[in-house]
Amino acid sequence: MAVISATGLARTFRTKTGPVAAVRGIDLTVRAGEVIGFLGPNGAGKTTTLRMLTTLLPPTGGTATVAGCDLVRDPVGVRRRSGYVAQSGGLDPHISVREELITQGRLYRLSTADATARAQELARELDLDGLMDRPTGALSGGQRRKLDIAMGLMHRPEVLFLDEPTTGLDPGSRADLWALVRWLRAEHGTTVFLTTHYLDEADALADRLIIVDRGVVVAEGTPSALKLHHTGSAEATLQDTFLAITGRTPTPAHTAPVAV
Amino acid sequence: MLLQDTALIFGRYARQTLRSKFHIVFGVLMPLLYLLFFGPLLTGLPLASTGDSWQVLVPGLLLQLSLFGASFAGFAIIVEQGQGVVERMRVTPVSRLALLLGRVLRDAALFVFQAVLLVLAALVMGLRAPLAGILIGWVFVALLAVSLASLSYSLALRVRTPHEFGPAVNAFVMPSMLLSGLMLPMTLGPGWLDGLSHAMPFRHLVDAVRDAYVGAYTTDSMLYGVLVAIGFAVLAVTVGTRAFRTTGA
Repeated sequence: MAVISATGLARTFRTKTGPVAAVRGIDLTVRAGEVIGFLGPNGAGKTTTLRMLTTLLPPTGGTATVAGCDLVRDPVGVRRRSGYVAQSGGLDPHISVREELITQGRLYRLSTADATARAQELARELDLDGLMDRPTGALSGGQRRKLDIAMGLMHRPEVLFLDEPTTGLDPGSRADLWALVRWLRAEHGTTVFLTTHYLDEADALADRLIIVDRGVVVAEGTPSALKLHHTGSAEATLQDTFLAITGRTPTPAHTAPVAV
Repeated sequence: MLLQDTALIFGRYARQTLRSKFHIVFGVLMPLLYLLFFGPLLTGLPLASTGDSWQVLVPGLLLQLSLFGASFAGFAIIVEQGQGVVERMRVTPVSRLALLLGRVLRDAALFVFQAVLLVLAALVMGLRAPLAGILIGWVFVALLAVSLASLSYSLALRVRTPHEFGPAVNAFVMPSMLLSGLMLPMTLGPGWLDGLSHAMPFRHLVDAVRDAYVGAYTTDSMLYGVLVAIGFAVLAVTVGTRAFRTTGA
């Protein structure tokens, strides 16, 4: 069953120098429980596509549904059923972890009692329970990222969009995040749609990769199938495969620290 | 649902404000300085009003509180944009109107609180005005705060950086203050200046509050003031809501 489905999804921006087509027609299908790596070089249209799928940006062409709700006709339905963890997180550094989680739950229509219980549950599962009364500004990068993800999970979304979830994290925190994504899928069957510049991360986490370039999908498949098809060798790196498909590297790409 | 969402957003920002006692009290400093060091200069001067100088000056200072405070409210949302807070809230099911109203009602509550402090200080300095007039003045402070904060957030969501936002707001606030007769009634000035000031919506608000402070509640100035204040608030909230819906688009 498709949790995300897009046909000809497009977005053109009006600029002073004329229209700019950032996304020219994305076709994709994501099945329930999949972890999808959404990759592309800088300017390929990844962020614009993600912003459309999370209702932050209305499309100028095509159609798409997320968790059964049409992006344009039922954006509130999309918001209720999906979670989004932006690269910037969205935490107020002066507010405590507990208050941020409870407010987030209330924004998704949970009662205060339910939001409080859910916050405790997630804090336990994500190893944040000793930090509940700390201001979010006092957390380490890895702890803050876990909290970002907990915020995205407060309302038990069917699909979770993660935008560059490990950018700026040290290797240990990256490894924790990878384990968290795997746990989400294994324990809760959550569909995860993640963008990343780190090809080792996509290779390790994603069931399937969708590679975009110049506003369209240029390749999709499992990491091993893509390697075999585009380089002739299943032993090739994803970096070689990406280069073969797009002719470019996904800046800053392979400079990422290797998770241990 | 709108009320519940608005209350939730209001609560979040009200708690944020309460954590900063300095912010709550500091805003009232400039009007207090005017009250202390400018107010006594006007005592006994003919100010084209049936009331005394305090009944002319204090209504202007009350609206100045809203004008200066609420116009710069957008600075906070520029910081929030950088932190990703606005985007995080925009992907929740909460209505865009509630995202705006929760914030601007917090601003209105803050400026009304400061207006209460200002009036208490003015009473000590010698202000005498009917209670109903004082209450009407606070309502105008709240309405103006809602309007200007809405427009300020709307502008801030578009300009993105404080460096663009500050000068743009200053370019609006200073002429507004000078042309609205906040310090002194515009009827004291030459005809062309008085005529020009009628194009400023704040002129009608301050005239209405000055009437309220002398107990004149059924004047033309009061009618125009009420109509302009409500119309301006509806327009500003519409613009602000649209900004929350379309920011980044």
